[in-house]
Amino acid sequence: MTLSLIQAAADAPVPAGAVGWVWLAVALPLVGFLINGWLALTRPAAKTAVSVIGAGVLVAAFAVAAAIFVQLRGHPPEAPLIVELWRWIPSGGLDLRFSFQVDQLSTVMLLVVTGVGSLIHLFSIGYMRSDPGYARYFAYLNLFVAFMLVLVLGANLPVLFVGWEGVGLCSYLLIGFWFQDKANADAGKKAFLMNRIGDFGVLIAMFIIWWTLRSLDFVTIAERAPLRLAAGGAGVTAITLFLFLGCTGKSAQIPLYTWLPDAMAGPTPVSALIHAATMVTAGVYLVARTSTLFAMAPVSSALVAGVGAFTALFAASIGLRQYDIKRVLAYSTISQLGYMFLAVGTGAYVAGVFHLITHAFFKALLFLGAGSVIHALHHAYHATHSHDDAQDMRNMGGLRRYLPWTFALMLIATLAIAGIPPFAGFFSKDEILAAAFGRGESQPIWFLFWGMGVLAALMTAFYMMRLMAMTFLGESRVGAKEREHLHEAPWSMTGPLLGLGVLTVLGGLINLPVFAGGHAALEHWLEPVVAKAQDIMPLAMPHGQTEWLLIGGAVAIAVIGLLLGWKLTLARPILPAREAPPDTGFSLVLFRKYYIDELYDGLIVRPLVAISRFVLWKGVDQGLIDGVGANGSAALARGLGWVGSRLQSGQLGFYIVVFLIGAVWLLRAVAR
Amino acid sequence: MTQFLASIGFDRWILHVLLVLPLVGVIPVLLGPVAMARRTALFVTVVEFVLSAGLWWAVNTTPGTLQLTSSMAWIPAWGISYAVGIDGISLTMVLLTTLLMPLCVLGSWNYITERERGYYVMLLTLLTGVLGVFLATDLFLFYVFWEVMLIPMYFIIGMWGGKNRLYAAIKFFVFTMAGSLLMLVAILALAWAVAGRTGTLSFAYEHLLTNSHVVGGLAPWLFGAFALAFAIKVPVFPFHTWLPDAHVEAPTAGSVLLAGVLLKLGTYGFLRYAVPFFPEVAASPWVTNLVLLLAVIGIVYGALVAMVQPDIKKLVAYSSVSHLGFVMLGIWAATVQSIEGAIMVMIGHGLSTGALFFLVGMLYERRHTRDISAYGGLAKVVPVFSLVFTVVALSSVGLPGLNGFIGEFLVLLGSFRVHPWATGIATTGVIFAAAYLLWALQRIIYNKLDKRENESLTDLSARELVVMGPLLLGILWMGLYPAPILRRIEPAAVRYIETLRGPLGFQGVSQQTPVVPR
Repeated sequence: MTLSLIQAAADAPVPAGAVGWVWLAVALPLVGFLINGWLALTRPAAKTAVSVIGAGVLVAAFAVAAAIFVQLRGHPPEAPLIVELWRWIPSGGLDLRFSFQVDQLSTVMLLVVTGVGSLIHLFSIGYMRSDPGYARYFAYLNLFVAFMLVLVLGANLPVLFVGWEGVGLCSYLLIGFWFQDKANADAGKKAFLMNRIGDFGVLIAMFIIWWTLRSLDFVTIAERAPLRLAAGGAGVTAITLFLFLGCTGKSAQIPLYTWLPDAMAGPTPVSALIHAATMVTAGVYLVARTSTLFAMAPVSSALVAGVGAFTALFAASIGLRQYDIKRVLAYSTISQLGYMFLAVGTGAYVAGVFHLITHAFFKALLFLGAGSVIHALHHAYHATHSHDDAQDMRNMGGLRRYLPWTFALMLIATLAIAGIPPFAGFFSKDEILAAAFGRGESQPIWFLFWGMGVLAALMTAFYMMRLMAMTFLGESRVGAKEREHLHEAPWSMTGPLLGLGVLTVLGGLINLPVFAGGHAALEHWLEPVVAKAQDIMPLAMPHGQTEWLLIGGAVAIAVIGLLLGWKLTLARPILPAREAPPDTGFSLVLFRKYYIDELYDGLIVRPLVAISRFVLWKGVDQGLIDGVGANGSAALARGLGWVGSRLQSGQLGFYIVVFLIGAVWLLRAVAR
Repeated sequence: MTQFLASIGFDRWILHVLLVLPLVGVIPVLLGPVAMARRTALFVTVVEFVLSAGLWWAVNTTPGTLQLTSSMAWIPAWGISYAVGIDGISLTMVLLTTLLMPLCVLGSWNYITERERGYYVMLLTLLTGVLGVFLATDLFLFYVFWEVMLIPMYFIIGMWGGKNRLYAAIKFFVFTMAGSLLMLVAILALAWAVAGRTGTLSFAYEHLLTNSHVVGGLAPWLFGAFALAFAIKVPVFPFHTWLPDAHVEAPTAGSVLLAGVLLKLGTYGFLRYAVPFFPEVAASPWVTNLVLLLAVIGIVYGALVAMVQPDIKKLVAYSSVSHLGFVMLGIWAATVQSIEGAIMVMIGHGLSTGALFFLVGMLYERRHTRDISAYGGLAKVVPVFSLVFTVVALSSVGLPGLNGFIGEFLVLLGSFRVHPWATGIATTGVIFAAAYLLWALQRIIYNKLDKRENESLTDLSARELVVMGPLLLGILWMGLYPAPILRRIEPAAVRYIETLRGPLGFQGVSQQTPVVPR
């Protein structure tokens, strides 16, 4: 009712069909948040109601997304369909509407977010069931989905920014979900702050766009940019560099990636949904969404590709030497996001989005699988009152006997991320590396990026197989007592895993390349969105023999990595975490993540706090302004204080009489 | 609504009634029993708010000029008159004031237990003073109200404040007085200088505005005097050190009004008087660079110093220095967006910081300490309080969708073209704001619940929820649907910019696209 009233105030006609109802996809999880939030405050024990609402709104939102997809498939629009909800910030020439943009790209994102989101919500029902904060958890999770959908649907940068910061907020709340532990609250705060550094970039980019293009709508930006901005000029380069700063924050790229491994402090389904499948890919989405600008800025694009390739390699190397199962996956996520940036920086926007989708499938599966492992160990430790770390892989081993489904499904995901055909990750990663190689023929620096990508692929296969071997293979390092309590998770949790498993196996089909007998469906689907950028920055994909050589090489490297990861990990007996000797040499450097956290802390955080406290506050404020100023003014104040103390007889009546005299005098003067 | 208001002649009496009603309310507060004082004050302030709400419809903000004007000779021999009027800018300030006032009375409900009658008399007098400053269209009258507002606040801090109240009150008084005395001299000098050229001695706003250029070489001195008075009030770095002390010692309602309304008198003064009277001086490179420098220092410095405060109230106080820096930046950029943004920051800061001070007060009433280190893990015992605190803190951080974002975004967007470097540095304020508020949030409501005294805290009472409710609604409304507010302030903002075009004009003015009237 209210909405229709506000909508009536908007000028643009509402598109017909399901597209006109796109706001429902946002409103449903938002309502879920409100109801679950209310239950969290009033009836936290009503877990059944929370489950039904929490997961129900997601499934319903997925239905809306599916209906929109069907409509767009039937009638693919030439230009994005704009659904205007209300007039948001009208100010002078700026007339921002709160409006959503439905096109091929946002529909794909809509499907991924609500689809994978639904599975993760279902998984959470089993995983979080015994947590006292169950209702609060689902409230936050629903709110996250609502903001994520605002992010992908926003028709202009400020609306996208509402979602962009909103998902950051939910990430903050969910990382610090178990806030009683200071480390968790610290991790949440760190995530929010590093994201804010990125957001600074997005804001500056918006300001430059506004003053050069006089609009913040994506459609208008894409229209005006080639007309009003010089290709390769300072303007478009500055815009894209600042946008990319935002991307490095949200998508955990160098230099703003250090929050993501810490973010693993949140519940594991949160890591799957927010810190693997959806939120962290927002940066990739933003580059794809503003692809026209990036295509016009070759320097920025090269930087995006370079940072992406280097991040892919750098994070993968850290992943080689982590023991916490979730941390391995976290560095893996940073590394895979690096691939996506390598793709969009190379101009292979579709390949970037393709990898975004397949990664959402297999990485969500890996995280939920890890969750299933942690869940099993946690229960076993709980039953035997053990205090061992349920996430340390040195305490695992041989779990395939107890968790056969989890093992099988995670193995599929491992093959997918390693790049073994025909699983989903193979096709998308291959497309990225091929595109980078192709660009190398005109710009040789891309050969370097390609090389880093290939090396990172070797490491990926290695650390993933190491994870599988340490967790599921070899001798069990779980205590004998605990072993009796190990068992596969209930079907409510294994079911969603199975769903993601199917997607991981078949996900490659959505963009099956021509050489494999497909017809690149996703590429055709996204063509209207990226056509303009592709015109400015055409792709040169290798063909024929080169193409097959690249594919063969990539598969060989994956196989080598997997074999090495398997053999080297199990070559020597692994000691449980309690008995394991500390790492030394370069292993220690890797284990300590190249000491980047220590570097940031010592170079930026501590000095800033110290300067604020001792120089600015105690020095300038109290010392200089109040101290030196006081030489003059304190004497004055003392004098006045003496007068004040005479006046301040403490007799209220006196003050009031003085006041009333004044007031009456005023009134009389007015009345005259 | 508009027709109904017209039928009761609303526009003829409303401004006078708003100014007189609180003073009339003083009488029953004084004469009635002590126990009734707070109820009477609540009644008067609620009536005041309901009446003022009619202005939302009654004031025609489209022309951008002062509306509902009326003028009566007061001291004719000196050209002084009782003259009031309102435009879109002062409309928002008046409504902010009348909204906060009943909440302040409710927020003081159980906290003020001594000399209650005197306390509520002070609050009501303050209300008249503040509204007078926003509504006066005669400079002498403006000055009178400026002083009227100063005195009750001095007593509120000095009599109902904390341990160090006398020091804080005197500091507040000395700082503000130093500025305002100079301003009085400037007002008199301006009026006489104009009289010398036009032959009419008058303190009327429009008269002085149209003729202020005649002062010639005196202009920098007069501007300086006005600017100093307002800069202390804002407060602009380095005149801000009275603020943390005043806030810490003031009772909750005092802090709320100080931050929510009184600081805006300074920025309002720049918008209404200092800059339009002397645009050449204000726009001169020397002054512009100085103001930008101080504004940017205020934004970053205020945030950094806020970050390391061990006392919650001081933290919020320094955050005000930071937020008001955005307003100064917006005023000096003088584009439609930056001016509207500056006003939105003023309103938004009033709601958010007012709400923060209320929440701190609620904590203080329970634990009698403002040390951040005395808390921790409160989310476990007082979930509703924690939720409200989180929302308010986020609004202050400038999370889009809540009120704080709209103002900051418009200020920065509007200022970027005109002053790119200053705006760029100012934008880092969004990072530091998150740093100090999230850190405080963590140490208060998150982390381990490890202090025994905190385990038995009670959650927000019904009365406290009534206090927070309107503020939360405002925070959401302003963030999601600010269009009705922007529509009302835009014509006044455009008119403001036009008055600056004058002989020199501001850099940013000419680059504006014409505004389509709605």
